[in-house]
Amino acid sequence: MTKRLFVKGNEAVAMAAIEAGCRYYFGYPITPQSDIPEYLSREFPRLNGEFIQAESEVASINMLLGASATGVRAMTSSSSPGISLKQEGISYMAGSELPGVIVNVSRSGPGLGGIDASQSDYFQAVKGGGHGGYHIVVLAPASVQEMYDLTMLAFDLVDIYRMPAMVLADSVVGQMKEPLVPNSRPATDLPAKEWAVRGKGDGEQRVVKSLFLGDGELEAHNWKLHRKYQDLKSHECRWEAFHTDDADLLVSAFGSTARIAKTAIMMAREEGLKVGLLRPITLYPFPERAFADVTARTKKVLVVELNTGQMVEDVRLSVARDAEVGFYGRPPGAGSLPTPEELLEQIKKNY
Amino acid sequence: MQQVFKRPVSLKDVQTHFCPGCHHGTIHRLVAEAMDEYDVQKRTIGVASVGCSVFLYGYFDIDVVEAPHGRAPAVATGVKRARPDSFVFTYQGDGDLAAIGTAEIIHAANRGEDITVIFVNNTTYGMTGGQMAPTTLVGQKTSTSPYGRNQHKDGAPIRMAELLAQLEGVAFSARVAVNSPKNLIDAKRQIKKAFRYQVEGKGFSFIEALSACPTNWGMNALAANERVGSEMADYFRLGVYKNTENL
Repeated sequence: MTKRLFVKGNEAVAMAAIEAGCRYYFGYPITPQSDIPEYLSREFPRLNGEFIQAESEVASINMLLGASATGVRAMTSSSSPGISLKQEGISYMAGSELPGVIVNVSRSGPGLGGIDASQSDYFQAVKGGGHGGYHIVVLAPASVQEMYDLTMLAFDLVDIYRMPAMVLADSVVGQMKEPLVPNSRPATDLPAKEWAVRGKGDGEQRVVKSLFLGDGELEAHNWKLHRKYQDLKSHECRWEAFHTDDADLLVSAFGSTARIAKTAIMMAREEGLKVGLLRPITLYPFPERAFADVTARTKKVLVVELNTGQMVEDVRLSVARDAEVGFYGRPPGAGSLPTPEELLEQIKKNY
Repeated sequence: MQQVFKRPVSLKDVQTHFCPGCHHGTIHRLVAEAMDEYDVQKRTIGVASVGCSVFLYGYFDIDVVEAPHGRAPAVATGVKRARPDSFVFTYQGDGDLAAIGTAEIIHAANRGEDITVIFVNNTTYGMTGGQMAPTTLVGQKTSTSPYGRNQHKDGAPIRMAELLAQLEGVAFSARVAVNSPKNLIDAKRQIKKAFRYQVEGKGFSFIEALSACPTNWGMNALAANERVGSEMADYFRLGVYKNTENL
């Protein structure tokens, strides 16, 4: 019989990290993600792991940088204001080609904002939130099961591509409880970490760095990073297509907003409206091809976000030229989560 | 014939980029000698910082991770926790450690991380061109304190060796200088002691080494060397501020 648990999304992240072989966690308390450090501070000592509650987000991302540089699987988690503080370290990790999983159970802003569900960190996550023109893998779970599965996937992707990955969740999927099947770690072929610093032993010196001053060195390094992003686009795009085959209107949303949109779509279908959903699971790489394919037939698109319009820009760049892209969104904050009825009304307006 | 002096194996046979009269090269050598002494080169992971010491990997024949400005103690924490059998040290300047990285050094020290920190204090930001540092002496003119450091506006220079010695997590803290043969011999002794703390798993060890920066002080090498032993050592007193195990 398949084992099923009833857990919070944040706990699912922690459980997946353990199953993925992560034994090093560095973080700082912030709502609504504190269940993750609480869970791991309890479990890691029993597993010979290391849990450090750092003095700041800045320190915790740099502890992750240090641990990852030695070749171990390691992670940090936080929420939006804390993720802003981590951007320096994320840029250095991207530049140094270091793996590392960063979980953002995002909250509303700007500034201290609030602790409600939010999708206003989309730009920061997918466009390279720090300096220097880089990207990281960004995965957007829409359920407790995906909090688990995508965290596990993140650990494999960072090792394969030697770059950081972010699980971009929100307080809805982080805080809610749902049934979870705790899948086993998949047997993935992973490259050996020859680059990791472990002490040179009898071999050659190894250096993990992001400073390249020699003539042409940094340009070559950036082209190498760029090729990785192209590889990601070719091989790692993930999305969910729901009733898209016969759709006259395509709704697109990610994360918890996609759950609400799905309910609205089923309500629309009961009324005879042919509406489908394309839910990007990888926000970076963005599933451009999937949008181009669906909009070759379906010309009306409605993007729904819990912000005033961020992912919609990537959708506009990906759809067929003659597709019309509408948008409905509300800035995050207490009481701004749209209802299925509200989205149904928008579906009818855009149909 | 007997060879009585040679290059430490932990140090590469290359020329450094350091200015004439700078003490970084000498301090590098002492650190390499201590590494050789305890035979830790092969299991050492050095953490480079931002500033004149950023090219650590160019001079030491060891594995190196480069840290963002000021974050070396946090990076070293991650390294050491993940690889507790490795020998881990950071090498940081005064802007790096005593300004932008103050939180990281205080908390790594307070946790008693089993690492060694080599802190080079030359009272200025060397690489960026001689701006005022947290260790710049009162009255000292720099490119961003053209009228001299004003204690009422800029605060007084921070004494890191004394400050860190107060923390429970710190096992060893000393301030040394390499401006004279006598001081150099003592500096070598203290650096070895700091390394021994880590080799024996006895906790966080800290060395503050005073250094000359002739280029940014606008002095010749001799005058800069002289300043280390007089004006600087008058304020930053040499000595051992903590030695918990009496090693």
